[in-house]
Amino acid sequence: MDGITLNLFALQLFTGLALGSVFVLLAVGLSLIFGLLTVVNFAHGAFYMVGAYVGVFVLGLTGNFWFTLAAVPVVVGSMGVVVERYLVRPLYGRGIDYPLLLTFGLGMALVEVVRIVYGLEGVPFDTPKELRGAVDLGFGFFPLYRLFLIGITTVLVMVLWLFIEKTSYGLVIRAGARDPEIVRVLGIDISKVWLIVFAIGTGVAGLAGVLSAPMRSVIPDMGSTVLVEAFVVTVVGGMGSLVGAVVAGLLVGVVVSMTSLFWPSLTDLSMFALMAAVLLVRPQGLFGKKGLMG
Amino acid sequence: MSEIPMNTGEMQVSGRRLSDLVKLVARHRVIAVLAFMSVFPFIMPYEALAVNILIYGLFALGFNMVFGYMGVLSFGHAAFFGMGSYGTGIAIVHFGAPWPVAIGLGVVVAGITAMIMGAMAIRSRGIYFAMVTLALAQCVYYLIYQMSDWSGGEDGLTGVTIGEIDLGVVSFNLLDPTAKYYFMFTFVALAVFIFSRILASPFGAVLEAIRENENRARACGYNVQLTKWITFVISGLFCGLAGALNAIHLSVVPIESLHYHLSGQAVMMALLGGMGTFFGPFVGAMAFLLLEDVITLITIHWQLFLGITFMIFVLFFPKGIWGSILHWVSR
Repeated sequence: MDGITLNLFALQLFTGLALGSVFVLLAVGLSLIFGLLTVVNFAHGAFYMVGAYVGVFVLGLTGNFWFTLAAVPVVVGSMGVVVERYLVRPLYGRGIDYPLLLTFGLGMALVEVVRIVYGLEGVPFDTPKELRGAVDLGFGFFPLYRLFLIGITTVLVMVLWLFIEKTSYGLVIRAGARDPEIVRVLGIDISKVWLIVFAIGTGVAGLAGVLSAPMRSVIPDMGSTVLVEAFVVTVVGGMGSLVGAVVAGLLVGVVVSMTSLFWPSLTDLSMFALMAAVLLVRPQGLFGKKGLMG
Repeated sequence: MSEIPMNTGEMQVSGRRLSDLVKLVARHRVIAVLAFMSVFPFIMPYEALAVNILIYGLFALGFNMVFGYMGVLSFGHAAFFGMGSYGTGIAIVHFGAPWPVAIGLGVVVAGITAMIMGAMAIRSRGIYFAMVTLALAQCVYYLIYQMSDWSGGEDGLTGVTIGEIDLGVVSFNLLDPTAKYYFMFTFVALAVFIFSRILASPFGAVLEAIRENENRARACGYNVQLTKWITFVISGLFCGLAGALNAIHLSVVPIESLHYHLSGQAVMMALLGGMGTFFGPFVGAMAFLLLEDVITLITIHWQLFLGITFMIFVLFFPKGIWGSILHWVSR
């Protein structure tokens, strides 16, 4: 393969990491929500899409990309609060399938609401001025925006990790994931913890949406493929595992982008092949605990 | 119910008669379905809708075996429906196969897909299963999408026509909607009969045992994994038949028949009608398609209405339409 040099390979690796960053953000939220609430959030893709549209709205209003970036997770997270409190909470204890089904219906409704407001056509979302252009990484020029995406994901994952591992509230969250009953017995309002975790998860999904808006077109259906991709990542990484979400997200991103370099026609299939391989060897996922899913 | 003394009130008498009727229907489920289905096209606004309800009812019925009876939520049943469609479609378009062969092939292809998907997905338990089946079904979607020489890619597979059917004794043309309905009806009737026999068999009892308590079923000595896999495959065969019939009904195989939105439709139909009930899927398919037919006349945003309706059912009527009727009757 003369055409594929080491430099091209390295560039493609970075492209994969940027792609993987979006997967990481989605899967972290999905995994967090599952780990604590045992809810598979089928509306996760819809929240991602809503995040992009809220971004379009706020950016149109203020013209400030950085403010938009801060506002979107807050808005989408607040939506998550309402959804958890009034739609998901009544279903706890009614069997594990019901929250899943509910969020599936919710996702459909959200997509249609956005269609009513913004129509079927895509909405353009320009890359902010400060982040246009490319930087020299030593082996070639790489789009600055994608580098920024990798950076912000790294920071966000670090912050989340510190929050969960090093703060006293994080301790409650970790305890809640192990045994909500005991946490409740200790006098902690676990439903409030669940509410917050659901808000964080959906907020991060919304952020992922607005972050990927300049790279993908903003259309009402954008969440539907992403949902499947996020599922693949969580299955590969192991449900409920944050480390798994990060590693698998980057891994899937790199695998997809490498496949598009070497075997372009198999790009769409590559992540499923990876998932199938992981399922055969480790059905619980790379970092999943055995029996969690019982 | 019979020990309750009959009151003279008109309401109670009619209520009692109604509940007796429901019980009678529930007892003779196959006959009831067939009797209803045989007059069905005459009460529908147009025959194509009746055919749709027949096909999607069968699809939801097959799906309900896994979801309602075994208690495992699959989000990948579009793969079986779609592969049934493509199997039949490709046999007719590319090989010029006669229709019985084509339909049989569609069912077999769907069954093989279910075998492979099932073998992988069954390794994951509980809620994981829904995600894994969904992802595997999307994998099938992309695979068929890529094979555009065979499948037509994004445009779908066109030209799945069989026209005249000559059975020796009778011959009829599928362009006649009534003839088409009864042609489909024959297959669905057969499937409903087989489905009922499976449920009534000891195997069917094991399914419900797994739903009620998987660990206890295992402790009783049943091979739960194998039973799950077999059920998944049988369910895939029913859905494949539905897909095969749909290919003939539409004369094309749209790529959407593999998309996970269709799996979601099966879930919704089963839940709307009543999961784990025999009539539920047909009632659900009827409610779903009739509502869609009416509401798309008024607004193009049918999905919003559907999403909200579905959420209301999940929150307040998890038993579904038929399930709620049964519950009300047996009170």
